[in-house]
Amino acid sequence: MRSALNRAVRGVRWYVRELTDESAYDRYAAYLRENRPGAEVPSRREFERMRTDRQEADPRQGFRCC
Amino acid sequence: MRTDSPLKASPRTIVIWTLVALVSAAGWSVLALSRGEEVSAAWMVAAALGSYAIAYRFYAKFIAHKVLKVDGTRATPAERLNNGIDFHPTDRRVLLGHHFAAIAGAGPLVGPVLAAQMGYLPGTIWIIVGVIFAGAVQDMVVLFFSTRRDGRSLGQMAREEIGPFGGAAALLAAFAIMIVLLGVLALVVVNALAQSPWGTFSIAMTVPIALLMGFYLRVLRPGRVAEVSLIGVALLLFALIAGRWVAESSWAGTFTLAPSTLVVWLVAYGFIASILPVWMLLAPRDYLSTFMKIGTIVLLALGVVIALPTLRMDGVTDFASQGDGPVFAGSLFPFVFITIACGALSGFHSLISSGTTPKMIQKETQVRVIGYGSMLMESSVAVMALIAASVIDPGLYFAMNAPAGVIGDTVQNASQVVGGWGYRISPEDLAAAAKNVEESSLLSRTGGAPTLAVGVSEIFSQVTGGGLRAFWYHFAIMFEALFILTALDAGTRVGRFMLQDTLGNLYKPFRDVSWKPGLVITSGIVCGLWGYFLWVGVHEPLGGINQLFPVFGISNQLLAAVALAVCTTLLVKSGRLRWAWVTGIPLLWDATVTLTASWQKVFSSDPRVGFFEQRSVYQDGIDRGEVIAPAKNMDDMHTIVTNSTVDGVLTAVLALLIVIVIADATRVCVRHVRRPALSSLSEAPYVESRIVAPAGLIPTGQEKKEARDAVGAEPRG
Repeated sequence: MRSALNRAVRGVRWYVRELTDESAYDRYAAYLRENRPGAEVPSRREFERMRTDRQEADPRQGFRCC
Repeated sequence: MRTDSPLKASPRTIVIWTLVALVSAAGWSVLALSRGEEVSAAWMVAAALGSYAIAYRFYAKFIAHKVLKVDGTRATPAERLNNGIDFHPTDRRVLLGHHFAAIAGAGPLVGPVLAAQMGYLPGTIWIIVGVIFAGAVQDMVVLFFSTRRDGRSLGQMAREEIGPFGGAAALLAAFAIMIVLLGVLALVVVNALAQSPWGTFSIAMTVPIALLMGFYLRVLRPGRVAEVSLIGVALLLFALIAGRWVAESSWAGTFTLAPSTLVVWLVAYGFIASILPVWMLLAPRDYLSTFMKIGTIVLLALGVVIALPTLRMDGVTDFASQGDGPVFAGSLFPFVFITIACGALSGFHSLISSGTTPKMIQKETQVRVIGYGSMLMESSVAVMALIAASVIDPGLYFAMNAPAGVIGDTVQNASQVVGGWGYRISPEDLAAAAKNVEESSLLSRTGGAPTLAVGVSEIFSQVTGGGLRAFWYHFAIMFEALFILTALDAGTRVGRFMLQDTLGNLYKPFRDVSWKPGLVITSGIVCGLWGYFLWVGVHEPLGGINQLFPVFGISNQLLAAVALAVCTTLLVKSGRLRWAWVTGIPLLWDATVTLTASWQKVFSSDPRVGFFEQRSVYQDGIDRGEVIAPAKNMDDMHTIVTNSTVDGVLTAVLALLIVIVIADATRVCVRHVRRPALSSLSEAPYVESRIVAPAGLIPTGQEKKEARDAVGAEPRG
C-alpha cells in the first residue's frame, strides 16, 4: 500500500518535471557526460540562459497554436 | 476492417467494441432525432467519446500501418540527432502533454460557441466527423512526414517537395493568416474585457505576476518551473478574487475601459512584450497559461460529466438554412465548416506537428497517439465548448452574440429583437444574467469568450452552488484572455521572424535576428498590422466579429489546405498513390468548403455575406447622401466602405494564394505519376533504432517483454 502510494507520488513528480521541462538541465548534463566526456557541463544558471537565448533566436521553437 | 494484428480478435474484444459502438450510436440517435425537447449533454458526450474510440482504434491504426507504414525499427530525428536540448527522445506520455498543450488554445473554445447559432447539431457533427477524417489525420500525417525529414517545418517541406513557387505562396499565406489570427484573437479579448473592471484588473495583474516569475526563474532559482508555476497560479487566483474587490471599490473607474482604450493597451502590450527578452514575460506567461489551460480543461470535463447539463439550444436553428444569423452571416454550408476550425480541422496544428514535436518523438509508431490522439483530445474540448454555449438560455445567447448595431444597447430593445427571432427572454432576465456574473451588461459581448464564460459558470455552479457564479465567469474570462495575450506576444515574434527573414533578402542586417533596430521595426510592423484589424474590428458598425471571424476561419482552413496538399503530394511521391485519398479527400472537402466561403464572401449578392456587395450598397448610400442602418452617420458609412474593401481584397488574395499552392501541388503529383524519375524525395536515410518504447499509451504484453529483454541486454553503466 505504502509503496504503491510512493510510486504514485514519484510518478506524478516525474511527469510534472518532464512536462514543465524542469528536467531539461539534468537531461542535458547527463547527455554531455555520456556523449562528450571532455566537454564542460554548464551550471544550471548558464544552461537556462542558453535555453531562453535559443528561443529568442528562433521564436518558432515552442510556438503554441491559437 | 482488417487490422495488423496477426491474431483474430478475441471474443472479449468483439464484445467491448460492439458495446462502444452501441453507446456511440445511441448518443448520435438521440441528438439527431430529438426535436423540440431538451436533450441531456450526456448524449453528446457519449456520441463523441464513442466515435473517438472507434476512430482511434480502427482508422488511426489503419493509417499508421497500412498508409504510412510506420517503422518501429527506424530511428527518429530525436534519436539520431539527439543534442540533449531540442532534439531528444521524449516519453510518449510527456510528449502527448506537450503536443496537446501546444495545439489547444482559444481556438477550440471560440469557434464552436459562435457556430452554436445554427444549433448544436451541425457543430457537433462537424467537430466529430471532421476530426476523425480530416483534422486528426492531418496532424498525424504531417507529424509523420516531418519526422521522416528531421523535423522540417511545413514551409520547408512545401518548398522542397512542391517547389519554390508553391513554397513562397505558402509562406506568404502563413504570414497573412498569422496577422488575421492575432487581430481576431485580440478582438475577442477586447470584447471580453471592455467595461469590465473585474476582468481588466485580473488580466492586468498577470503582467506583474509574470515579471515576478520571470525574475525568480532567471535570478533566484533557475529552471524550477514547477514551483514557480504554483506560486504564479496562486497569485493569479488571488488576483481573480481581488478583482471583485477592485470592481466594488473606488478604483473601479480606473479599470473600466472603453474598447478603443483597450485596443491601444493591447497593441502597446504586444509591441513591448515582443521586444523584451523571452525570459521576462513570454516564458513565465507561457508556464502560467499552460497550467491554467490544462487545469481548466480538466475542470470543465469534470463539470460536464458531473453536472450533465441539459442543452437548451435548438438542435438546428432557422439561421442554418436561411443564412441570416446575427453572429455571422451565411448558411450552414459552408460557414459552419470555417467557423469551427480548431477542434475539427485546424491548419495551425500543422505548424506544431512540423515544429517541436517531430524533434522529440521517440518512435515512428507513436505518431498515432501523439498526432491523432491529441487532436481527438482537442476535439473533445471543442465539444465541451459547444455544450457550454448550448446550456445557456438561447435568448441570452443571441443577445450576447449579436452586434450592437442589430440589437441596440438596452435590454428592452434586445429582448424585443431576440424575441423577433423566436427566442423569448424578458428584459429583466437579461439584466439579471448580467448581474449574476457581476457585469454591467452582457449585451453584444461578441467573440465567444463571454458566452463560454457564462456557460462555464452555469455548469460549474451546478456543481459548486450559485454563490460562485460570478467567480467562475471571471475565472473563465481570465483563463481565455491569459493565453490569448500570450499568443499575441508569441505570434508577433513568429510574424516578426518571418518578416526579418524576408526583409533580409532586401537589406542584409535584417536577417540578424538580434539586430535591435531591425527587431523594433519588424515588431512594429507586425503589431501595426494586427493592430489595424483589431482597431477596425472594434469600430466596425456591422460588428467586428461578424465581419472578421469568417476571414479568420477562411484563413485557418486555407492553411489546412496547404498542409493537406503537402501531405497528399508526399503520399503520392513516396509511392503511396493508392492511399492518397486518405488526405486527398479531406483536402478536396476543405478546399471546396473554404473556396466556396471565400467566393461567397467576395462575390455574394447578399450584402450581409458578400464584402463587395456590401461595399457598393453603402457606397451608393454615401453617393445619395443617405445613412443606412446600422450605420449611425456618414463616418460610419465610410468606415464600412473601407473595411469591406480591405476584407474583400484580403479574402480574395488568400484564396488566390491557396489556389496557387494546390495547383502547384497537383502539377507535382501529376508529373510524378507520369514520370516518377523526375521527382526527388528528401527523406532522411534509414538508420536502425536502438530505443525500445511502446507505440501506444498503454504498453501491450509484447512491448513489455521487448522492454524487459532490452534492459537485460544492455550493459549496465
